[in-house]
Amino acid sequence: MTTNHTPLLRVQDVVKHFDISGGFLDQLRFKGGIHLEKTTVKAVNNVSLFVNKGETLSVVGESGCGKSTLARVILGLYRPNAGRIFYEDQRIDTLTHEQWLPYRRKMQMIFQDPYASLNPRKTVRQTLEEPLRFHNPKMTPQEAMDKVAYVMEQVGVDPAWIGRHPHEFSGGQRQRISIARGLILDPEFIVADEPVSALDVSIQAQILNLLMDLRETHDLTYLFITHDLSVVHHISSRVAVLYLGTLCELASAGDLFNEPRHPYTRALLSAIPKVGEKKAKHIKLKGEVPTPVNLPSGCVFHNRCVFARDRCKKEFPRLNELSNGSFVSCHGVEEGWEMA
Amino acid sequence: MPSLLEVRDLEVKFALRSGNIKAIDGVSFQLDPGERMGLVGESGAGKSVTGFAIINLISKPGFISRGSIHFEGKEISAYSFEKMRKIRGNRISMIFQDPMMTLNPVYTIGFQMIETLRAHRDMSKSEARAIALEKLKLVQMPSPEKRLDQYPHELSGGMRQRIIIAISLLADPAIIIADEPTTALDVTIQAEIMDLLQELCEKQKMGLILITHDLGVVSQVTEKIAVMYAGKIIEYGPTETVVHHPVHPYTIGLIGSIPGSIEPGRDLKQIPGMMPTLTNIPPGCAFNPRCELAADICTRQTPVLEEKQNGIMAACHMK
Repeated sequence: MTTNHTPLLRVQDVVKHFDISGGFLDQLRFKGGIHLEKTTVKAVNNVSLFVNKGETLSVVGESGCGKSTLARVILGLYRPNAGRIFYEDQRIDTLTHEQWLPYRRKMQMIFQDPYASLNPRKTVRQTLEEPLRFHNPKMTPQEAMDKVAYVMEQVGVDPAWIGRHPHEFSGGQRQRISIARGLILDPEFIVADEPVSALDVSIQAQILNLLMDLRETHDLTYLFITHDLSVVHHISSRVAVLYLGTLCELASAGDLFNEPRHPYTRALLSAIPKVGEKKAKHIKLKGEVPTPVNLPSGCVFHNRCVFARDRCKKEFPRLNELSNGSFVSCHGVEEGWEMA
Repeated sequence: MPSLLEVRDLEVKFALRSGNIKAIDGVSFQLDPGERMGLVGESGAGKSVTGFAIINLISKPGFISRGSIHFEGKEISAYSFEKMRKIRGNRISMIFQDPMMTLNPVYTIGFQMIETLRAHRDMSKSEARAIALEKLKLVQMPSPEKRLDQYPHELSGGMRQRIIIAISLLADPAIIIADEPTTALDVTIQAEIMDLLQELCEKQKMGLILITHDLGVVSQVTEKIAVMYAGKIIEYGPTETVVHHPVHPYTIGLIGSIPGSIEPGRDLKQIPGMMPTLTNIPPGCAFNPRCELAADICTRQTPVLEEKQNGIMAACHMK
């Protein structure tokens, strides 16, 4: 893997909350006098991370931990409530729509469900040509056509099928087409949101191999969002673990899988069923995942953590850098508690 | 000892305008009391149809066109609707994938449990409630009394799946058929639910048929495994042997294509192409267009499931 250490993307203390309190009448409360009450989903809380050029950073976590929200905030599809996002040292989270355009060429997204992300009424050609023509108004039809055919070949879809509609393709082929759409503008940075979770294992392997090949040939940098930890282990350079919108641990894939430090990461890794492995004792967590509407005080994981002490309930743990370059946000790891 | 369940040469067809298509074709397996079996395959392989066929839940235009299903010494494949109802949910229960879809959102958990129980047993509501409570405790539901009066939307996905399991246990069935019971759940919850199912099977001597596409889950929970491809069982044997020394090229490919089976960063083994649709299954071995070992005979003659090595049965000419 060719990784040099200039961050392509930096995310600093990003916060994204969604107001779900509804209209004026929904907010009215009559307990102890009349007042208005707002309800917010705290999807992403103070997340900082960076992605180096040429690497694959995976963001993992269970449903509702804010991983997709984070991806969308990075791509400017949501505006963060606080924090800053830099792409090659240019702050991008405050850009206007017009200022964003050059970055849209460089940053592309691949979505989870190839059945939903492709317009059923457009042919492959129309789907792939649209971004090309939008960003290159001077391109001749022949050039556009050649480019479309070239990209289709690269993702392993026969260019002869250029006039077909999405329903004529299988799930794997559709995902190839949506990868082609991501590649057509020759981006540098691709955010892939669960690109293989809707696919069968044998097809999943084909798509993962394709994504890894494309990274080499096109010099791509990936931000890979997924809940499938065995996929993560296979393709990532580094891994960020999210829990309830908070970053627990950020480490190289090797370090994380060999020696997870944060108690949540350990529980998560111990729960992966591995083929051919007799059941290893997985770490049982207490209770249920709290909702991101009412976040626990202190460390968001404290009410499920078997090692939690008083400090965890009161104080939010900072993200600390360890000697091996990993980042962990846990009082226990910081103070070196006995955690076995 | 006769098996608890014996499925022999089962064939299910769907009558479509373009003619009958076979969804499953000559499936045979057996299950002993307390045994846990995995039914594995990709989407469209026929694993769910097999599960449904056992309790005759195949709805029109599908029908069982051939074969026999022996359960507790009786042939049940031709049972009438009324007779079958006495078996479903009573002697054989089924757990489905999505716990939100299986529970009725407008009734409380308690109501749904009591109703199920009273459909099968002649008992008062309070007796039924006591049994419901006991089953909720059995599935390690936190604060079970409270749950009986709650509605499904008040519970998380993992808790809902526990409720479903509790409901399936109400009548102390001999077999549970679990169709992708944890696919909609997160890994940590999945691990808990799988532990629970395995524990219950061991404690209550219940048979389990686990239908899933996840070989990881199957290899941890089950004792034997049947791999399906295009409506047929193509490999059948003890889980441990199949997972470590698979015989059929499809099973080998399937295991090789799971990330984690090889060194990170290397290319995953991939099976070229995709599973054929049921309307045009290739002649001979259905896997032959994707198989690297395929020879002439594979395109002409359909291989039969026969014993190959280490007690594994496989349907392949080349092994």
